[in-house]
Amino acid sequence: MVHSTLDLPATRIPARSERTAWQKLRVSRNWLGFWYMMPAMLILILFLAYPLFLGVWLSFTDTKIGRAGEFIGLENYEWLSDDSVFWTSVFNTLLYTIVASIAKFVIGLYLALLLNRHLPFKAMIRALVLIPFIVPTVLSAIAFWWIYDSQFSIISWSLRQLGWISGNINFLGDPWNARWSTIFANVWRGVPFIAITLLAGLQTVSPSLYEAATLDGATPWQRFRHITYPLLTPIIAVVMTFSVLFTFTDFQLIWALTRGGPVNATHLMATLSYQRAIIAGQLGEGAAISTAMIPFLLAAIGIAWYGLQTRKWQQGGSND
Amino acid sequence: MASVQIADVRKAYGSTQVIHGVDIDIPDGEFVILVGPSGCGKSTLLRMIAGLENISGGEIRIGPRVVNDVPPKERDIAMVFQNYALYPHMTVADNMAFSMKLRKAPKAEIEERVSKAAGILGLDKLLDRYPRQLSGGQRQRVAMGRAIVRDPQVFLFDEPLSNLDAKLRVQMRTEIKELHQRLKTTTVYVTHDQIEAMTMADKIVVMHDGIVEQMGAPLDLYDRPNNLFVASFIGSPSMNLLKGTITAAGFETEGGVVWPIGQHPADSNGTAAVFGIRPEHIQLNPNGLKAEVVVIEPMGSETQVVVRCGGQNLTCVFRERITAKPGESIGITPDTNVTHLFDAATGKRIS
Repeated sequence: MVHSTLDLPATRIPARSERTAWQKLRVSRNWLGFWYMMPAMLILILFLAYPLFLGVWLSFTDTKIGRAGEFIGLENYEWLSDDSVFWTSVFNTLLYTIVASIAKFVIGLYLALLLNRHLPFKAMIRALVLIPFIVPTVLSAIAFWWIYDSQFSIISWSLRQLGWISGNINFLGDPWNARWSTIFANVWRGVPFIAITLLAGLQTVSPSLYEAATLDGATPWQRFRHITYPLLTPIIAVVMTFSVLFTFTDFQLIWALTRGGPVNATHLMATLSYQRAIIAGQLGEGAAISTAMIPFLLAAIGIAWYGLQTRKWQQGGSND
Repeated sequence: MASVQIADVRKAYGSTQVIHGVDIDIPDGEFVILVGPSGCGKSTLLRMIAGLENISGGEIRIGPRVVNDVPPKERDIAMVFQNYALYPHMTVADNMAFSMKLRKAPKAEIEERVSKAAGILGLDKLLDRYPRQLSGGQRQRVAMGRAIVRDPQVFLFDEPLSNLDAKLRVQMRTEIKELHQRLKTTTVYVTHDQIEAMTMADKIVVMHDGIVEQMGAPLDLYDRPNNLFVASFIGSPSMNLLKGTITAAGFETEGGVVWPIGQHPADSNGTAAVFGIRPEHIQLNPNGLKAEVVVIEPMGSETQVVVRCGGQNLTCVFRERITAKPGESIGITPDTNVTHLFDAATGKRIS
């Protein structure tokens, strides 16, 4: 209880016993903290917790658009377990996430190492690298849509001009072509985020460590292997968690490029869920597909968390 | 162990020349300290010996070999950095063993050398710690341990004590000197602190604006500075320097006070000069020059007094305790055996 007799005339402060509950709520320090937290809590509950629980709840009902559903237990999940399209989407999502994340990591790390050197026009090149990240996803998806167009594709045209192929490549019409094409577009878009974040990490490594390692006899590869990489692992863990989460839940790019086609070959769990729930109106089933993503996401977070936890050298000691 | 010869070494960044032809000869086993104000090129020179900077001109030899184009790792040198540059993700033992692991030394040999170095530096109990868990002085020791394990031809130190607090600095100073006496490895040490230079070096090299102002044994530099820069740089509190003219009667300052001076070349009478006298070479003498006490700083073992004489402030250090109060007048006289005269135009010593 903090009240100042210096600020207020004594007569206006009610004695302790006379205070109403409301007055106590207004003055108490603990409650003050609570009031300050309220807006954030409301936003989190309203926009995160409520939709999440609603989604999980819907997955246990047979709700359709325009009709409130009833609790049906695990029926939606039983239905999905026999649904080959659902399993295709799971396979697609895993393929998309694993291949794209590895490619993004390798290219991003390579770019970061390159940009960390003394290059001419360094600032300009760094800004250029960010462009795919700045362009709205849908716009870049439309650009890729043209690049992958069955008739007007610039890639097909270029390769034809070079005489390497005779007919156009059917980028988005063939299942595996479509998978690789969407993965490529995702990698193109995701690399800048990883490159710039890892670059920030690289710049925190003191140059004298590299000098010390050079004097200790380390080759450039050994410097990377024994100095750069271990010091970068905490940032790699964070950035790759984000990357995996965003890739796993990707929706915009696929929807703008292929809508899951051809023959569901590029349907991810997110796009399939949208198609079943919103377009087909089967809210319960769509929610079940979305809910099925949760274990995968938790596993990804768990792996990253483990990666962060084992960095004992980062934890400060008792002295200094 | 090896000697180091630096012959007419130059360094330029683009068109800016920062080292203008430096010659230093370091015999095997000597402890040499490069000292000078920041920007004088001492660290650059050290990094050139290490191979971390290119040599723009001249020649550096380690032992019989010219190392101008030898990559750092083949120069067989070890360096201790100002920020220690310990690998934060390795334990103390791994930090020290890193260079040996890189060249795939046998495990038993690594362990033996690491534990020997740890023994020398008193790090035995800290081998499993990470650098973050160490205090500044311990980190400093690990950095030295990393150098000792290598058993190199030459040790290089780049301002190794400037990140430590004053008390620890004094302690580490002794430790480094002791280490050198024990290992007898040729050492090049860079510092801006002239006390470090005076207390540790076999030979001091005073650098200023990319040239060597003077080199020699610490006390030679102290007793016979070649020029005004060395005179003012070496010694703490620094030498009193008064402008004036040499006359037959002594040295007449601009304020009109005549200081008795010792022997000086007869033909120097009438030249404009700078008179230098170290604070501890001024003695109390009731019949001497009259000076007004400005500030008294008792240090216990001695008393530092700032006095005003002929319009100029002088620092004096007396072994005696001073009873005079600020504003009062005392008599002082220089020890004429140890006064210095410098040419006012060139700054060179007049002997």
